[in-house]
Amino acid sequence: MTSTELAVVEARNITKRFGPTVALDNAGITIGAGQTHALVGRNGAGKSTLVSILTGLQRPDQGEVLFAGEPAPALADRDAWRSRVACVYQRSTIIPALTVAENLFINRQTEGGRLINWRALRARAQNVLDQYGVAIDAGSQAGDLSIEQRQLVEIARALSFGARFIILDEPTAQLDGPAISRLFDRMRALREQGVTMMFISHHLEEVYEVCQTVTVFRDARHVITSPVPDLPHDALVAAMTGEAAVAYQARNRKVKAKAPIVLAVSGLGLAGRFQDVDLQVRGGEIVGLAGSGSSGKVGLAESLVGLRRPDTGTITVNGATPRLGDVPSALKAGLGFVPQDRHHQGFVPLLSIGENATMPIAHKLGRFGTISSARRRTRAEGMIEQLDIKTTGPDQPVGDLSGGNAQKVVLARALADDPSALVVINPTAGVDIKAKRALLGSVEDAAARGAGAVLVSDELDDLRICDRVLVMFHGRVTKELPRGWTDSELVAAMEGISS
Amino acid sequence: MTDSAMSDRRTLARPGAGLRLGRFRDLTLVPVIVVLLIAGSFVDPVFLTPGNLTNVLQQQSALALVVLAEALILIAGKFDLSLESTVGMAPAVAVMFVIPVSAGGFGLEIPAALAIPLCLLIGAAIGAFNGFLILRFQLSAFVVTLAMLIVVHGLQLGLTGGKSLFALPESFTYLGGANWLGLPAAVWITGVLFAAGIAALGYFRAGRSLYAIGGNADAARAAGIRVERVLWVVFIVGGTLAALAGVLETGRLGGISANQGVGWIFMVFAAAVIGGVSMDGGKGTILGALTGVLVIGLVENILTLKGVPGEWKQLVYGAIILVALMISRLAGGRAQD
Repeated sequence: MTSTELAVVEARNITKRFGPTVALDNAGITIGAGQTHALVGRNGAGKSTLVSILTGLQRPDQGEVLFAGEPAPALADRDAWRSRVACVYQRSTIIPALTVAENLFINRQTEGGRLINWRALRARAQNVLDQYGVAIDAGSQAGDLSIEQRQLVEIARALSFGARFIILDEPTAQLDGPAISRLFDRMRALREQGVTMMFISHHLEEVYEVCQTVTVFRDARHVITSPVPDLPHDALVAAMTGEAAVAYQARNRKVKAKAPIVLAVSGLGLAGRFQDVDLQVRGGEIVGLAGSGSSGKVGLAESLVGLRRPDTGTITVNGATPRLGDVPSALKAGLGFVPQDRHHQGFVPLLSIGENATMPIAHKLGRFGTISSARRRTRAEGMIEQLDIKTTGPDQPVGDLSGGNAQKVVLARALADDPSALVVINPTAGVDIKAKRALLGSVEDAAARGAGAVLVSDELDDLRICDRVLVMFHGRVTKELPRGWTDSELVAAMEGISS
Repeated sequence: MTDSAMSDRRTLARPGAGLRLGRFRDLTLVPVIVVLLIAGSFVDPVFLTPGNLTNVLQQQSALALVVLAEALILIAGKFDLSLESTVGMAPAVAVMFVIPVSAGGFGLEIPAALAIPLCLLIGAAIGAFNGFLILRFQLSAFVVTLAMLIVVHGLQLGLTGGKSLFALPESFTYLGGANWLGLPAAVWITGVLFAAGIAALGYFRAGRSLYAIGGNADAARAAGIRVERVLWVVFIVGGTLAALAGVLETGRLGGISANQGVGWIFMVFAAAVIGGVSMDGGKGTILGALTGVLVIGLVENILTLKGVPGEWKQLVYGAIILVALMISRLAGGRAQD
């Protein structure tokens, strides 16, 4: 390890319990000055708990936190905490109804006097934004910013407290490729200015890209801390999962030439999102959709399932033509889908796994509008086993599950009615490696059963299971790549560089 | 590289100057008010006279104070239905400490000068109790204050035996009836308090923290705002304002009936929401809430001048609130939430 003697922050022997669960078990981390230190681990490894302890939001049951060798300030002394550590949380702490300027200086809007001087506040905010090279008007409404811009505001706010240590908790989870590389450029620039960072991500490539040191947590314990170059990819995955593991291996499938077309689209267009899309998916085929955040791929997928209403064109599912922009009619035609944002559209957190997973087939579980709970239980148990959902049973509320398992429930719901066409949007966002494997495996299982699938993903690795990948750029399908493409080939197409 | 620099500029482009219009969002009801003024002048020539408009203001001043209280609570992301019961109960109980048994009092006959402070104290206590249940016991504000609406009103009915109180000390009714510099004292008081509210929520940290709490309580906590303490203060201020509204209403009517304030809460929410205060918290302004009160007051006045029978007023009321909502939605251009 380099420069341990200059630890900016050190957490020693931390134990934290929440009721019966042990979130951290005698775990610790030491972050050297000027390092970009990755913290990785599967869902539930204790990363988020460590973040809230390092930022002074929670008190450890045992152990201590040191900043530059000094004991951490009292929990109530927020200002002292903020001058030592800043955090860009996983969940946005931007208040949409307020201006960017006020968000930057929330609860410290005044300078000396008691009255808020809005003009001065805006000028101060603009100063901070300019200082960190964030090209956003301080007077604009925070709710109108893109996710990337909000994150930049959060980073600028974090730094404006004078902290030289920032925690970035899964900052890339919601960004698209170009935005992530801009974020990394910014992180490198900050590091050159001497800022120390702790970086949390599920994407191991990102760790290799921007971090110097990596710490792995598993099951609430510290497993290993190592310089990044000394820990190859496989060893890192092994440390995370506790077993030697490799990335998901796409299976060798072949689409039968005579397989029926289960999903067909012609001339589909939605103003401002995509135009003139033609697409045909055969049974047993997985078609990938790739493209940057503004490419329209998500809009297209959402139109297929009826979440959006396209202006022109037709959609055919299994020979039937569902009404455009109507989800029930798409489901009825035999379509299953996993929406982009599971928290938003994927599940009802307070309802049980059984209820969530069987929602689309509720009418088949009983007669005359009743639902037989025994039958639902049986179905749900089957799904839990099939998708390897880690749970106490079908009655557990989905809100209590980790991200990966909640996503499996969403996929279970999509597969509940044995759909002949499946549309899956970013299924692996924010889930760990093991869950990722299970999710992609289930999509391939569905294809093996004869379903046709459309897989939209920001992750190149996910797209490896596809028989072909359609690349969208500015709302049009610009390229089709058969199996066997290389990363650079696909990225170039996504950026619109190749013809 | 040049490509990424270009896209950098594209995605980070400064949002347009259109956002500057944001500050006028408070005023989306102004066109509605103008329409009402014009319509009113056609209905009856008396409408636009200073006397009538002053009358409108005085009639609405008590309701306006409750709207002010509710707007503060709504902006902070909470709810208080019990305010309407406080409007009746706080003055009734305070007065009963003063007046003799023969007039319906407790027989304690404390000095009359203490009646108004006592009334405000009762309002503050109700607010504090609401806050205690909602914040310490972590109960739903809606259900707690719904229960408190019934409890507080029930207390008034029980203590007064359902009778109206008429023998009130003069000092108690003074504020609701007096004229200062040609305008009713109630209008001055309400105006000053609204100005204070506008200033507090616009230019003071404590006031701005209500928006932070209502918009994203976790973020507010992370920013060092003492969320529970601020909310508690807001509930106490709300209860106090409702009690003061009770004082003004009592003075205007010269007595406290058993159902003073009953049913107000619908008008209060209507005024706050058409004034642009969001039921989800974090959005809206005190000035906007004031325009909401004015719309309600003008509609009521026009209906009275037009001689609409009481039985039909409710219907017209509701319909006009819906129309006002639609107009402000069109003028403001934003989806209501």
